[in-house]
Amino acid sequence: MSPAASPFASRAANALADLRLQRALADVPGGFVAARARAKAALPEFEALRRTGRDIKDHALGHLDLYLEEFERNATAAGTNVHWASTASDAADIILEICRAAVARLVTKSKSMVSEEIGLGAKLEAAALEVVETDLGDYVIQIRGETPSHIIAPAIHLGPADIADDFRRHHSHLPQDRDLTSPAALVAEARGSLRPKFLGADVGITGANFLVAKTGSAIIVTNEGNADLTLSLPRVHIVLASIEKVVPTLDDAWALLRLLARSGTGQEFTAYTTLVTGPRRPDDPDGPARCHVILLDNGRSELLGTDMREVLRCIRCGACMNHCPVYCSIGGHAYGSVYAGPIGAVLMPALVGPQEAGELAEASTFCGRCEAVCPVEIPLVGLMRRWREISFRQAPGWRSRVLLRGWAFLVRRPRAYHFAARLGVVLLGGLGRGRGAYASFPFAGRWTRHRELPAPQGHTFQALWARRQRGEPR
Amino acid sequence: MSRAAILAKVRAALKVEPAQDAARRAAVGARLAGAGGHLVPARARGSGEELVRLFKSFLGAQGTDLIEVAARAEIPGAIVRYLEAQNLPLGVRTGSDPNLAELPWADAPDLVRECGPARPDDLAGLSRAIAGVAETGTLVLASGPHNPVTLAFLPDTHLVVVRRETIVGSYEEACGLVAVELGSARLPRTLNLISGASRTGDIGGRIVMGAHGPRRLAVFLVG
Repeated sequence: MSPAASPFASRAANALADLRLQRALADVPGGFVAARARAKAALPEFEALRRTGRDIKDHALGHLDLYLEEFERNATAAGTNVHWASTASDAADIILEICRAAVARLVTKSKSMVSEEIGLGAKLEAAALEVVETDLGDYVIQIRGETPSHIIAPAIHLGPADIADDFRRHHSHLPQDRDLTSPAALVAEARGSLRPKFLGADVGITGANFLVAKTGSAIIVTNEGNADLTLSLPRVHIVLASIEKVVPTLDDAWALLRLLARSGTGQEFTAYTTLVTGPRRPDDPDGPARCHVILLDNGRSELLGTDMREVLRCIRCGACMNHCPVYCSIGGHAYGSVYAGPIGAVLMPALVGPQEAGELAEASTFCGRCEAVCPVEIPLVGLMRRWREISFRQAPGWRSRVLLRGWAFLVRRPRAYHFAARLGVVLLGGLGRGRGAYASFPFAGRWTRHRELPAPQGHTFQALWARRQRGEPR
Repeated sequence: MSRAAILAKVRAALKVEPAQDAARRAAVGARLAGAGGHLVPARARGSGEELVRLFKSFLGAQGTDLIEVAARAEIPGAIVRYLEAQNLPLGVRTGSDPNLAELPWADAPDLVRECGPARPDDLAGLSRAIAGVAETGTLVLASGPHNPVTLAFLPDTHLVVVRRETIVGSYEEACGLVAVELGSARLPRTLNLISGASRTGDIGGRIVMGAHGPRRLAVFLVG
């Protein structure tokens, strides 16, 4: 473990030094975090609903094979073509084939983290399709050639001034001296640019927040209404969803929807919650002629068989990242992965392997806020710890191995620990008595480079505690 | 091929034994048949008047305009007055829903009423909600032969008529009303739950209305 050399650590260091990014991240606690607290306070049943949410997902995952079959049966009965994709490239191939059969030229997309996971945009563009992201944050990201830095607020790392620069560059047909200082002006410009894309699209691709087995429906949630234009205007609608999105019934979906917006943005309910069941009906005046649902595995079935199954409860609200001191310090891009924050730290090693992404589990202070706010009670801290154990067994550096072994030896033996602590207090306290602190210390150079290491004063914590228990003065 | 492979992997991961098969199917069957309803928030279980009050307060919090009219016959006039107050042209696009078609439109001769799915240059769309959900101030609209879904998303202004007696507490109850109205368990192609006009917080975290869909939503509460 030599963090200074790892790409993750250097990305994190760059992020901390990036003033623009830091300014953008500074708004997260006052925004999403405060809004969630208000929404939770307004709903006395919120904590009980979290347990309900957990139980619903556990039941669905425990019977996933049967609910997938039930979903397929009911979706097919509603006229949907259901496709199964084991891998990212299977899913992309199916979507390309649908686009080819539809003689598509222009494809609109509404926010889908699964599409990011399989790199769909690039694959469609490689096949000479024009792909337009329609979620406003995603649209900005697409113009910049970046990836989302947050699962529900993809452009959270940018300020209005950054986006104004991008729009001037990208919308070069508009007058260069136009006023783009307000968010409202930027939104209006994006709206104007995207309208013709919505209207001209041949195929619309959305994700799904939930799939409902009993009705064969996909549930899609947005505040902008971009998913609704994407799934109503083109000739073909494609839903791309991973297999763990299926829940048994609408009642189960309502319970989870009561948690989703409150946990993520802190809204009572998202502006548009849409249940889509099949293509347009014979007498419908609008809607697509065809509807496809792609059920993607891409590592979920393996994860289901491990002791990390709880990760699959995730409903992608983003609360864990909003409340994470590490995420809020470095932003999503520093993680270098599709999913960032605590959920990324437990999901990415499972999806791409611990060699590739195990280090993300180190990016936590284990403060536990993530699992305290998770709407489906995923034990995120315990899962990150398990990835740390796996990384430690697989390829640790000698230094961390020796230090952690020594630490493990001591903490399992209270007497030895107490003795070592007393020795340390006496020795370091005695040596450092003069100044009360060390300006440099062996093996602690990375600490003392930036601040002094205080010298211990007096007694160990255990000794003080024992004295207090005996009622003696401190 | 992927289908069989994925299902086999899921079953292997869940360590499904043939002996458990009947019990698992029974558990799933019971769940699908409606066993085990979940906790519904107390706020959704008030009296009729309390629910209407809650519904109205959430509309206000979303920034949705509320126009109350005593009788259906007053809707055309109320629409004209609303459009005038917003400085909008007197025109709406609407579906052929009989609940709207049979209103006394002759009382509003200046209002141009066109029928069919929304077009790109339509400024106002008029729809009917089957129900209103008090627990979050949510309108429930179903697409169908007489109710184009695009009316709710393409025009700048979305006008929605909802009757006071269809304001219910929860999403679950609203689904009950939808099933009664459609006369079948099969959902329409889209069931749209609408809680305010289109908005985004994607630029600088500030909420801006009218991201892609309507800039404003007006609810005409009848009765």
